[in-house]
Amino acid sequence: MDSAFVIEKFILVAVIFGISLVIAMYSTYAERKVAAYLQDRLGPDRAGPFGILQPLADGVKMFMKEEIIPASSNRWLFIVGPGLALLCACIGTAVIPWGSPIEIGGKIVPLQVADINVGVLYIFGVVSLGVYGVMIGGWASNNKYSLLSAIRAASQNISYEIAMGLSIIALLLVTNSLSLKEIVDKQHGFWENGWFTWYFFKQPLGFLIFMVCSFAETNRAPFDLPECETELIGGYHTEYSSMKLGFYLFAEYINMFVSSAVMATLYFGGFNYPFMDSAVTHLGQNWASIIGVAALFGKIVFFIFFFMWVRWTIPRFRYDQLMNLGWKGLIPLAIANIIITGVVIAIIEKF
Amino acid sequence: MESLSNKKKVLEQKPLSFMERMYLPAIAKGMGITISHLFKKEATVRYPEVEREFSTNFRGMHSLKRDENGKERCTACGLCALSCPAEAITMIAAERKPEEKHLYREEKYAATYEINMLRCIFCGLCEEACPKEAIYLDGPIVPADYLRKDFIYGKDKLVEAPLEMKK
Repeated sequence: MDSAFVIEKFILVAVIFGISLVIAMYSTYAERKVAAYLQDRLGPDRAGPFGILQPLADGVKMFMKEEIIPASSNRWLFIVGPGLALLCACIGTAVIPWGSPIEIGGKIVPLQVADINVGVLYIFGVVSLGVYGVMIGGWASNNKYSLLSAIRAASQNISYEIAMGLSIIALLLVTNSLSLKEIVDKQHGFWENGWFTWYFFKQPLGFLIFMVCSFAETNRAPFDLPECETELIGGYHTEYSSMKLGFYLFAEYINMFVSSAVMATLYFGGFNYPFMDSAVTHLGQNWASIIGVAALFGKIVFFIFFFMWVRWTIPRFRYDQLMNLGWKGLIPLAIANIIITGVVIAIIEKF
Repeated sequence: MESLSNKKKVLEQKPLSFMERMYLPAIAKGMGITISHLFKKEATVRYPEVEREFSTNFRGMHSLKRDENGKERCTACGLCALSCPAEAITMIAAERKPEEKHLYREEKYAATYEINMLRCIFCGLCEEACPKEAIYLDGPIVPADYLRKDFIYGKDKLVEAPLEMKK
């Protein structure tokens, strides 16, 4: 391992970390703007032009607030909770391929921090670790409502992880690989052999299940039961204040960013875009790659917008409806999807 | 029992049909409705910069009026303070000196006249009580401020500008 490799990865990690934090920051702003526009309002427009500095103002406010640690809480776990939530949200970005490799001074630099061959599993592991942040925070608060909400979050995440995993298995039957880089490379371009290359067009049902589950995994509406104000005061972060609360809220937005990125990578071709081969021949490898990164971020931004659009449309599920949908709706559908995919693949390969 | 008026409507709760249980058609419809609002004009009025048009009988900040010669109409009779249900008005009366004849219409005038805008409920009873047509609630919305003492408006803020200044 030479030092150039270490520096290259270090820069890449720093850039991706920065980008995901900035996107999460501006997601809070975008959420308020989208909510406002969908409800015929204006949203924040006082801090800077169009309220563009609003996230900074919110951040400053969060840091300035008094930090309260309840006397009856478990002090150590109370501090660990939000940190764990944010950490788990952030490390998910490591395996996502952000673009095709670019060439800098004769050196090929892949735009991916780690191309591990179990990338999909890694994402799943990290996502399911994220619930520990919520669970620990809710338990350590020593507050009934926080605990109830943490239990809700945990049971919801575990229920929906099953359907999510099953929907991914159908996808893996098609891809034959767990490495996200290979999955993206197999979706090269847009049209090939008379059908779209993007897996959304091969696994529409799988995508639907995956998307619904990622709404549930990120605790977003209509699955935001852990945070329902009317029943649980504030949710698992009832006792939190200052930047610890900020960490929880921030983690939700980073989770949203990561799951948008995963959805774009797995089902919508990642950094692939139509006519990318002609872009390589006309503009050169680097420019084509940069367009690819832009394409990926376009898809991610669209998905983030979609998350918000859904949030301001659909009312929250009741708890029994949530469990019915997860266990009686999505899991059988996902299993059926696996069987159908398997049969279709067998037919295509044998006949 | 049979309903006599026949106006009663009994709510029938049917089990959800298959399409309803799928959620998706209803969700798609709802999403269509919300996205259509993205392109609608917002109802918000950007208040400090833009003001909504008030109705003609809107009651805003008070102003103490002058007569056609620019003399203050108020004679400090105290009827406004008496009629005020919120006890917001107070004043100190003084006698007009001969050289102040061009300033005040009557021999008695209000040396200080204070309205506590935090107490005022903008009911308009002072306006009705005034025998001299000296006070009207025809101003704008009372602006926000930081300190309680800044909400006690004296004559400097209440009295109408002199005639020559208005031109």
